[in-house]
Amino acid sequence: MQALIGFTLLLLFQVLGEAISWVLPLQLPGPVLGLLLLWPALSNTWILQHVRVVADFLLVNLSLLFVPVGVGVIIHLDVLGPIWWQVGLILLLSTLLGLVVTVAVLVGLFRREGDDG
Amino acid sequence: MADFVELWTYLSATPLFGLTATLLVYVSCAAVYQQFDQSPWLNPVLWSIVLIGTSLLWLGLPYQRYFSGAQFIHFLLGPAVVSLALPLWLRRKELKQHFGRLALAGFLGGAVSALSAYGLARWLLLPESVALSLIPKSVTAPVAMGLAQSIGGIPELAAVFAVLSGLIGALLARSLFALIRVGQSKEDWTRRGFALGTVSHGIGAARAIQVNPQAGAYAGLALAMQVVLASLWIPVLFGLFG
Repeated sequence: MQALIGFTLLLLFQVLGEAISWVLPLQLPGPVLGLLLLWPALSNTWILQHVRVVADFLLVNLSLLFVPVGVGVIIHLDVLGPIWWQVGLILLLSTLLGLVVTVAVLVGLFRREGDDG
Repeated sequence: MADFVELWTYLSATPLFGLTATLLVYVSCAAVYQQFDQSPWLNPVLWSIVLIGTSLLWLGLPYQRYFSGAQFIHFLLGPAVVSLALPLWLRRKELKQHFGRLALAGFLGGAVSALSAYGLARWLLLPESVALSLIPKSVTAPVAMGLAQSIGGIPELAAVFAVLSGLIGALLARSLFALIRVGQSKEDWTRRGFALGTVSHGIGAARAIQVNPQAGAYAGLALAMQVVLASLWIPVLFGLFG
């Protein structure tokens, strides 16, 4: 029952987020607004306890949820076929560059403040 | 034999097929991954996609029929994004203390990754719709799809690019960090995890959680921050100038 209430709460926050995203001229997707609304609401122990059971399950198994959309690559093989190596190279370089920049910024900022690095 | 063909035709047409196939393949891939000490090259998402994708092509089954069942798993991405509020809430003290610096690192890492991909795509003369679909590649797939749509990209391509960026980070982060000499202290694990969550979202975070708890927590934090940051800057920049 706890998990069921938790899942209902997650869906309610998503619905709330979708509703706000539809009404207001914001570009934030519904689930992201749901996240931002749920965050402060977790200070309520009842909400935290119930959401936690389901949230832990979803986040531990998060990678499974990417499989259906990933398989969708097969319907775009006609677009990707002629440019696959360019796309591969771009994804490889930009991802590695992003990793290096993030680490470098963290090293730089925390070293200067001198309290965590 | 005719009976078998009829049975297969019947079963493969029901949503039960796509749902069962996704779970069966993923659970098997995850078991092999566990068996071999979670070697990044046995990443269960990568192999599930390859195995299911090639099977569908080989059997001549349309993706739409597969997705009619797999959509029940796909649907959970929405509540999963909402549930990212949990790692943010649990780390609220550290987040409050370092919020500015973490947000800056997440913003710069995500933006450099997105804009370098867009710039390279333009330079290599790829179609504009493909270049725009590369922009939200550091954001978790369900959000990347919505963002791509809002700036004129193709949602399904954006999802595939996001998944691939996730896999690249999960596969290569360890070697890259060794190359640029990131150590293994608590602070180093914080940085490794945060960087992986920033560019490789949920797939990177799933990898980080398995390698080190500190890295996992910060990867979850970074992935949630990236969702919010990218949802703010991408539509503004590409909505105005795109």
